[in-house]
Amino acid sequence: MNKTWLIIKREYLSRVKKKTFILSTILTPLLFVVLIAGITYISVEEVDQEKIAVIDKAGFFQGNLENTKALTFEFPSGIDTANYDDKGYSAVLFIPNDSSANYQLYSKKQFGLIAASQIEDQINKAVENNLLKDRFNIDSKTIDSIRNQAGEAEVQNFYGDRTEVKEGNSKLAYAIGYGAGFLIYITLFIYGTMVMRGVMEEKTNRIAEVMVSSVKPFQLMLGKIIGIGAVGLTQFIMWIILIIGISTAASALLSPETIQQASDASQQMNGQAGMASRATSGFEDFSETMGQANWFVIVGCFLFYFVFGYLFYAALFAAVGSAVNEDPQDAQSLMLPIIMPIIIAIMLMMKAVTSPASSMATWASIIPFFSPIVMMARIPFGVGDTVPYWQLLLSMASLVAGFLFTTWLSAKIYRTGILMYGKKPSWKEMWKWAVRKA
Amino acid sequence: MNSTFEIQSILAMHPILELRNLKKHYATQKAVDDVSFSITPGSIFGLLGPNGAGKTTLLRMITGIFYPDSGEVLFNGKKFDALKDVQQIGYMPEERGLYKKMRIGEQAVYLAQLKGLSKSEAIEKIKYWFTRLEMQSWWNKKVEDLSKGMSQKLQFVTTVLHEPKLIILDEPFSGLDPLNANLIKDEIYRLAKDGSTIIFSTHRMEQVEEICDHIVLINLGKKILDGTVNDIKQSHKQNLFSIKFENEVLPEHLATYLFEVKNAGKNELTIQKHAEYNNNEILQYFLSKGLQVNAFNEILPSLNEIFIRQVEGTNATARAFQPVS
Repeated sequence: MNKTWLIIKREYLSRVKKKTFILSTILTPLLFVVLIAGITYISVEEVDQEKIAVIDKAGFFQGNLENTKALTFEFPSGIDTANYDDKGYSAVLFIPNDSSANYQLYSKKQFGLIAASQIEDQINKAVENNLLKDRFNIDSKTIDSIRNQAGEAEVQNFYGDRTEVKEGNSKLAYAIGYGAGFLIYITLFIYGTMVMRGVMEEKTNRIAEVMVSSVKPFQLMLGKIIGIGAVGLTQFIMWIILIIGISTAASALLSPETIQQASDASQQMNGQAGMASRATSGFEDFSETMGQANWFVIVGCFLFYFVFGYLFYAALFAAVGSAVNEDPQDAQSLMLPIIMPIIIAIMLMMKAVTSPASSMATWASIIPFFSPIVMMARIPFGVGDTVPYWQLLLSMASLVAGFLFTTWLSAKIYRTGILMYGKKPSWKEMWKWAVRKA
Repeated sequence: MNSTFEIQSILAMHPILELRNLKKHYATQKAVDDVSFSITPGSIFGLLGPNGAGKTTLLRMITGIFYPDSGEVLFNGKKFDALKDVQQIGYMPEERGLYKKMRIGEQAVYLAQLKGLSKSEAIEKIKYWFTRLEMQSWWNKKVEDLSKGMSQKLQFVTTVLHEPKLIILDEPFSGLDPLNANLIKDEIYRLAKDGSTIIFSTHRMEQVEEICDHIVLINLGKKILDGTVNDIKQSHKQNLFSIKFENEVLPEHLATYLFEVKNAGKNELTIQKHAEYNNNEILQYFLSKGLQVNAFNEILPSLNEIFIRQVEGTNATARAFQPVS
């Protein structure tokens, strides 16, 4: 045990002290926050003001084209495609006198996607308003107020048995489930392959034989898996602290008006700016709905599934690492059977967040190959109701049992593979190493 | 008095390592096939064999990395217990390996700690060895900055650092220049004199002849020679003699019932004596011929010749290391 501890310490410290680790730990959340802040900032400030001269042959557009943050419509006289530039307009919009819908926009430079689609939106609205007025004599204000009233509906889901009714927020549960499942998916990949590369390094450096003359191969493998797992945990905790810290600082700097402005601006736009919209409106929702999620259970389960999901797969990655030689292509082909269940799990997870109580989601969240990812998608919908306690316990127990099994199996492959040079073994040969005694 | 002496001599002769009928079979071949030998404490023991003879497999069983299929390894008279006894063994495998990115001092401390030394003990011993082998300035360098010979030296230090009773060196001189090879050789002698037992595995015969007290030759997984260097040479001598004369000799006039002339120079002969005659009879023959003998030497075969003679004709060279399956 003492030796395993020494190995864990070395594996952990040698990685944590690396410059790349320190940089990626600090820069990733910074980049994340900067990206969101940047998009928010751009959507507020960096809007090109386009002044558009309209030649309205149809005659009903004046007063019907609404100015936006980016676009100003004017209806000057004596303007044509030759002189709009000189008179200070960036474009001239030609509206035909018939219903051909043949609208033409002349400009010096090409209009961006967002600006162009906004012009289309405004034209559509104007045409619609005109038709409504023509045929039903309804003006646009009436339509807007009707729309506003009709758009307010929101379904609140009260669930649970009759004695205790809880108010659910399935959108939030969806977001948390999706995020948590995806996070586990990514970590399995990053840290799983880190274990594999670590084992390959020891093998190709030929230090494996020196090591196993001092420690048992099992101790070497376990030390590496736990050491790298601790690196992953450290990085996670650092990220969470930094993201909370930086975004608190950022939101203190940005006034609430700016955030409101940003979401207004982005709601007007679509396309690329949609992301900012989601980010900023998510930010508002965040503080509102935080209290509705059972964070204690979610974080607890996340840590459990992160740790044991990692342990379950890391052992398999270690076995693959021990079997391959210098050639990274060998690693790729041997990795496939391990990667497949992870990819299937992410696909099951995407289904599970939309229907968390379906029998497919239930079964997938119990099978250890998928449970770390799929169960995390279900848990935010509520433990005790959407996910009955027996399912959670069964899932956890089978994951722990699965981890013990993969570790035992991998250890046997590992102790043979790590001292074996030459051609790449087949899965059949590796299976033989695993079932052979001693 | 007499009995005390006997007990002492038995204790002294108690082998540090004893192999009994060790067998290890892989799917396609017998890597080690019924090998037994024992090693007396404080000796330098040579384990010889061509490439692929099973040396590495044998050493891995001695160091507890592999389990034998059958047979047993006794360490200090007791059944080898990998958990406890690895602390007493220092193993330098043929394939050297160190963590390339790790600092040399840290690396040596780490490997020593894995052998059960405390950190302060480890640092103290590393400083001693680094001073001895003039490596003091290396502490903060990384292994990737070292030349092949330098990392070889480092590997040797990490092998012997924890003062193991049994030191196993697989091809310790490969990649070393003559100066450093001599340095390491002197250290090996000194360690043996201080009571460590050394197993020295190689296919370089001239080194064995010079260093080893006792050798075992294995080929195709089987032991084919076992004994002291001198005994083995004596038992493989071919009755060859080199004789120098004052005057010129004409080999065609010499008696062939006594010996056969293998090689003749102007006043020098190499003969192979027929086994039924002894040396004096040969010498007397030449004296009776009135020839003045200046030198009369028996030619003992070199280990290299014995090795080649033993291994030749087997398919040793054709057998490469096969994977376990």
